[in-house]
Amino acid sequence: MLLIRCPWCGPRDEVEFRYGGQAHIPYPQDPDALSDEEWADFLFMRDNPRGPFRERWYHVHGCRRWFHAVRDTSTHRFIATYRIGEEPPT
Amino acid sequence: MSRRLDTGGSWIDRSRPITFRFDEVEYEGFEGDTLASALLANGVTGGFRSPIIGRPRGVMTAGPEEPNAFVEINEPWFDPIVAATMVELVDGLVAEPRAGVGRLAAPAEVPPVDAVHRHIHVETLVVGGGRSGVKAAVAAANRGDRVLLLDERHRVDNAPDGVTVLPRTTALGVYDDGYVVALESTPELERLWHVRAGRVVLATGATERPIAFAGNDRPGVMLASAAATYLERFGVLAGERVAIFTTNDSGLESADSLRAAGAEIAHTLGVGEDPSTAIDGVDLLLVSGGWNPNLTLWRSMGGGLRYSRRLATFRPNGNGPPWLEVVGSAYGDGLPGSETYWLESAEDYSEHFVDLQRDQTVADIAAALDAGLVSAEHVKRATYIGTAIDQGRTSGVLTAAIVNQLLGTDPDAQGPTSARPPAVPVSYATIAGPDRGDLLDPIRRTRLHRWHEEHGAVFEDVGQWKRPRYFPRHGETVDAAVARECRAVRNAAGVLDASTLGKIDVAGPDAAAFLDRMYTNRMSTLPVGSIRYGFMLGLDGMVGDDGVALRLSEDHFLVTTTTGNAAMVLDRFEEWLQTEWPELRVYCTSVTEQWSDVAVAGPRAREVIAALGTDIDLAPDAFPFMTFRDGAVAGVSVRVARVSFTGELSYEILVDGRRGLELWEAVMSAGAPLGIASYGTEAMHVLRAEKGFVIVGQDIDGTVMPDDLGMGWIVRKEDSDFIGRRSLRRADSLREDRKQLVGLLPDRLLPEGAQLVEEDTGRIPMPMIGHVTSSYASPSLGRPIALAIVERGRSRHGETVYAPLPDGTISAEIVPPVFYDPEGARRDG
Repeated sequence: MLLIRCPWCGPRDEVEFRYGGQAHIPYPQDPDALSDEEWADFLFMRDNPRGPFRERWYHVHGCRRWFHAVRDTSTHRFIATYRIGEEPPT
Repeated sequence: MSRRLDTGGSWIDRSRPITFRFDEVEYEGFEGDTLASALLANGVTGGFRSPIIGRPRGVMTAGPEEPNAFVEINEPWFDPIVAATMVELVDGLVAEPRAGVGRLAAPAEVPPVDAVHRHIHVETLVVGGGRSGVKAAVAAANRGDRVLLLDERHRVDNAPDGVTVLPRTTALGVYDDGYVVALESTPELERLWHVRAGRVVLATGATERPIAFAGNDRPGVMLASAAATYLERFGVLAGERVAIFTTNDSGLESADSLRAAGAEIAHTLGVGEDPSTAIDGVDLLLVSGGWNPNLTLWRSMGGGLRYSRRLATFRPNGNGPPWLEVVGSAYGDGLPGSETYWLESAEDYSEHFVDLQRDQTVADIAAALDAGLVSAEHVKRATYIGTAIDQGRTSGVLTAAIVNQLLGTDPDAQGPTSARPPAVPVSYATIAGPDRGDLLDPIRRTRLHRWHEEHGAVFEDVGQWKRPRYFPRHGETVDAAVARECRAVRNAAGVLDASTLGKIDVAGPDAAAFLDRMYTNRMSTLPVGSIRYGFMLGLDGMVGDDGVALRLSEDHFLVTTTTGNAAMVLDRFEEWLQTEWPELRVYCTSVTEQWSDVAVAGPRAREVIAALGTDIDLAPDAFPFMTFRDGAVAGVSVRVARVSFTGELSYEILVDGRRGLELWEAVMSAGAPLGIASYGTEAMHVLRAEKGFVIVGQDIDGTVMPDDLGMGWIVRKEDSDFIGRRSLRRADSLREDRKQLVGLLPDRLLPEGAQLVEEDTGRIPMPMIGHVTSSYASPSLGRPIALAIVERGRSRHGETVYAPLPDGTISAEIVPPVFYDPEGARRDG
């Protein structure tokens, strides 16, 4: 079980969290302006890299805050966690 | 014939004799014995059978790697199958031999296990209490670490001070970030430990490797170090006339220790001499093919291996998680160098056993390779080698080596197959621990629960809630009770405990703008004091939940959700507010449990409220449908909402939960002269289905859009965005042949979930055009009715569809989904 560092609460067991998929996919400014293909791309298509991946997590059984993480999908290692609105580490 | 020596045995206490039974014979042993050591002490050298071909077998090892000597324990505890080498002898123990396969006992035979889960955090966890483990534990304790040391044996020699030692505890699995699950198993209890450690040290030792030769599974063939262990710890001389076959010095040392204790070493054999020739004429054949570091846990976390020519086996290559370390003989340190030798050459390999618990031989491996397999992983799956209870502890490296040899590849070409937790068998009861029965999941009861119980309610689970399903009177059947409750609502008045509906308080200057984005209809235009029904869609345009919004003030709403989706809706609100619209000033609070919801429905509902006494003007013009009023009812401060899920005149009375029961009882007594009845969820389902009202999660399954339900009116037309709006005009959403909600008038009661076809051809399969989502005997119509989702359903009104079922086909006429009072004349009473 992963040990995840909530940027508000510190390290906590994985069971306290819910996974939220790929991060930094903003809701489109004007969905009506998108073609069906563009909307489907926003809705359904996500990256699936081997290696560092920026993703969303929700501390649902804790402070109930969403935050961001960079996690290596090949090792499960969390490279960083950061708050909503903060820039991802380079 | 006793093989117990007069002296020796560091683990046994000769002043404490123990009586036990094995295979219906009584024996004696000593405290400190294992079942295996006590059997050997009594001269039981065989006594077991192989699982598939039934060959005679005996104890081959002295540890968890044992592939032969399995028993069922019946007294004083129950264990369906366990290695005799791991059973601590206790007085009155009763064990039966098992041929490698356990028996699933009937629940009545097995006393409930008090399985406890414990959580512990330490800086350092050491797995294995041998020399290296104790050394690592001492070093960590001296640094000031909290240290936990586990060992699967029932004793740890030289247990250090300042270290928490758990004997009889096996690490089942090592997981990410220093998380280790371990099973403590004693005659009294099973305890599952959840350990989070900053550093995990694997001091799991090494296991002696057997050699594949003809008859290597026969009773009397034993790993050399096991015989030395039985001598040293238990004072048992496993044989008197002994042969030894070894590829390394440790085998000779084991033989020497037996010789010193009085055994005759009849033959000493090495590579080039066939050990099978030495079996006859001795009573013990010792085998040592070298040593394998125990790396199951290391490898389960992705730890890498490299081949050591000196050891003729695999050892850690150091590539693993930074918090995981392997020490001592598990790392390969201190192990004797071995000749590279796995397999005695022969014409016929059908008695060269590799995995004794799977009865698999070199011939079986060769057959798998002949079939074209080249990977040890595939050979494992073809032969099941390594998949038995012993998890291939003696066969894993040997199998890989034989695969390499038969394929003509280098010894390091393929290593042992991957290893997965759990490392030893663990019962489901232990994994579940206390999380069963009433503790499996939280049980939520409304504040009115006690009244329901006292009035004979039959409950059903709705999510975590217990809701009254119906209230049978004087031995009524469920059908009779539901029909009576429905008639009360249609003809007089009924009262429902609706407290389980989710309730979310949404407050803040941007609350109205926020709800506009979450719901299909516009909440910002809702006047204060009014109520609006709404759908919440997913981004994909599918209906996710429904409920009503009450506007309490310009910047304050109370939103209801379905009982099962309350947490999901609140989570969704939070997700959008936190991740997409942090600029919106909105605060969402769950208030489900703060309110009781007493819903009074029926043509006499107004009379009931009036009889209770209220300062609210109940006249239809003063208090119209889809509005709410704050005031007093029966002297209790309440909020009354005019909504209806039955089609009848309804008042939902929201009251401070602490006064819910008081109000409910007042309603029951004021309503009694008017014919009021409490009703449950079953009558509620029937009443709403008669009106064609859908239930999210029953008629709506995540593939349904508002227009599919004939509820396009709920989607606002003006040009402002809400969640899911763009998806409503995807090509798939606009398909002509989408499935649509219809009513069905069947010739008899349909089962929910029944598939519908246009024509019953009698030949399976038939093209399915939809399915039944709700089905009831309708007391109001006096006939069965159903709701269904059917392809192009709205254009099929008047057509007949068929539900072919095992006990005959049911035909049904498709009709509009509103069966009762389609004009809506009854909602104002």
